[in-house]
Amino acid sequence: MNIPDDLQYTDHDEWIRAEGDVLVVGISEFAQDQLGELVHVELPEVGATVTAGEVVCEIESVKAVAEIYAPASGTVTEVNTALDAAPERINSEPYAAWIYKVQADTAPEGLHSAADYRTKVGA
Amino acid sequence: MVPARLGGSVALRRTPFHPHHVAAGARLVPYAGFEMPVTYSGLKDEHLATRAAAGLFDVSHMGEIRVRGPKAEDSLMWLLSNAIRRIAPGAAQYNAMCNRQGGVVDDVFVYRVAQEDFLVCVNAANRDKDFAWMVANDPHDSEIIDEGDDWAQIAIQGPAAVQITSELTSVDVAALERHRFQSGPFAGVTDCLIARTGYTGEDGFEVFLPAADAAPAWPAAIAAGAPHGLVPVGLGARDTLRLEVRNCLYGHELSDEISPLQAGLGWITKLRKPGGFLGSDAIAARKEEAAPVLVGLLMQGKRIAREGMMVRYDDRAVGRVTSGTLGPSVGRPIALAFVDPAHAAVGTELTVDVRGRDASARVVDGSFLDHASQEAT
Repeated sequence: MNIPDDLQYTDHDEWIRAEGDVLVVGISEFAQDQLGELVHVELPEVGATVTAGEVVCEIESVKAVAEIYAPASGTVTEVNTALDAAPERINSEPYAAWIYKVQADTAPEGLHSAADYRTKVGA
Repeated sequence: MVPARLGGSVALRRTPFHPHHVAAGARLVPYAGFEMPVTYSGLKDEHLATRAAAGLFDVSHMGEIRVRGPKAEDSLMWLLSNAIRRIAPGAAQYNAMCNRQGGVVDDVFVYRVAQEDFLVCVNAANRDKDFAWMVANDPHDSEIIDEGDDWAQIAIQGPAAVQITSELTSVDVAALERHRFQSGPFAGVTDCLIARTGYTGEDGFEVFLPAADAAPAWPAAIAAGAPHGLVPVGLGARDTLRLEVRNCLYGHELSDEISPLQAGLGWITKLRKPGGFLGSDAIAARKEEAAPVLVGLLMQGKRIAREGMMVRYDDRAVGRVTSGTLGPSVGRPIALAFVDPAHAAVGTELTVDVRGRDASARVVDGSFLDHASQEAT
């Protein structure tokens, strides 16, 4: 299973890529595999204020719904609108199909390295 | 298919085709005591392949109960809701088995093998309950045998099913009418029953195979079908396929409490047959009640209404969702729900509480496939 080394991972199976103080958020290959085929991504609003550890939006597969959490408090600066028409991109390329970007006001907490995350999910 | 006890828990049963599912990389899940494939290549792909070409389903978990003897027809006329005596040997019929309160013990397909010999195909989860119920309530002392371990079952469904199945058997399956069956060989396995029945809304066949000999039939069916576009299909797509054409699933749209009339099964509920049937008085009495009725809901947005979610009309709770999914061939979320009959008319605009937010839905009748969005077709 692909768990890229250059990303960090949350307890909720999101991956996080830091671009300065902007955090890019998606879900891991493990998460998409568990969910199955995604059929809908409820994107947050650009400009929305989010709080570390709280739900930002939800993604829905044929059989399940998963909530996407904020890795840090801040403001949503961008959302991946391409997922509106093609949510299945999260299945086919989970690390390219980012969901939203957040301008972080606080340092992200509770992130795991790729090595630790691999251990956690048994990959 | 005999369960073994391991460390105090019951091990999952496996069908004769289990090694082929593992080899194909299927995702296996516990279902009704069996370890069953829920998906192989992906639910949406499997679903669309079944509608476009053909799907191969392992449904060996289904139960089979034999009823035979000189009074077998009378036994089933009493135990079941439809008119079994109207079908001849070689024909099959959909039935509800009801309890004294008019609820549904199970929905079953009955195959009349001979004048005094019937094979009743029952839901896997209800197998033990059904067998006990039939033995306890048969007024005629017919021979009732649980043959669930003796039969494997596969389904070939889809527009290419006739072509593929004809390559696997000497039975003239193209000439077989809907809800008729014949015994014969299938994929080298002898003494099978090949029925033109199914659950997906597509043309196709369900094949009963002696379990002990069945295993080679799976790779043979894959080999014959693959050139025609056949793919193996798991229980996930079996559910979305049946939901798109509004077939009921026991435990969702049917239960010990729900009457067949509520669930839209009036067409198999012969309340006026001579002598009635077990539960017919209660069903007739309940007919006058304003009990919730099953409706189809076409969701107007992209969010999926799921089982258990509340249905509202003007902020008032009027029902609950029993099944919901994205319909791959419909291109929109679809659901079935039990709704107060006052708000069940076709065209009624309802809302479903999807995790605290309202999602708009419209009551529609008939198959959801008639409501396919342009982009899905």
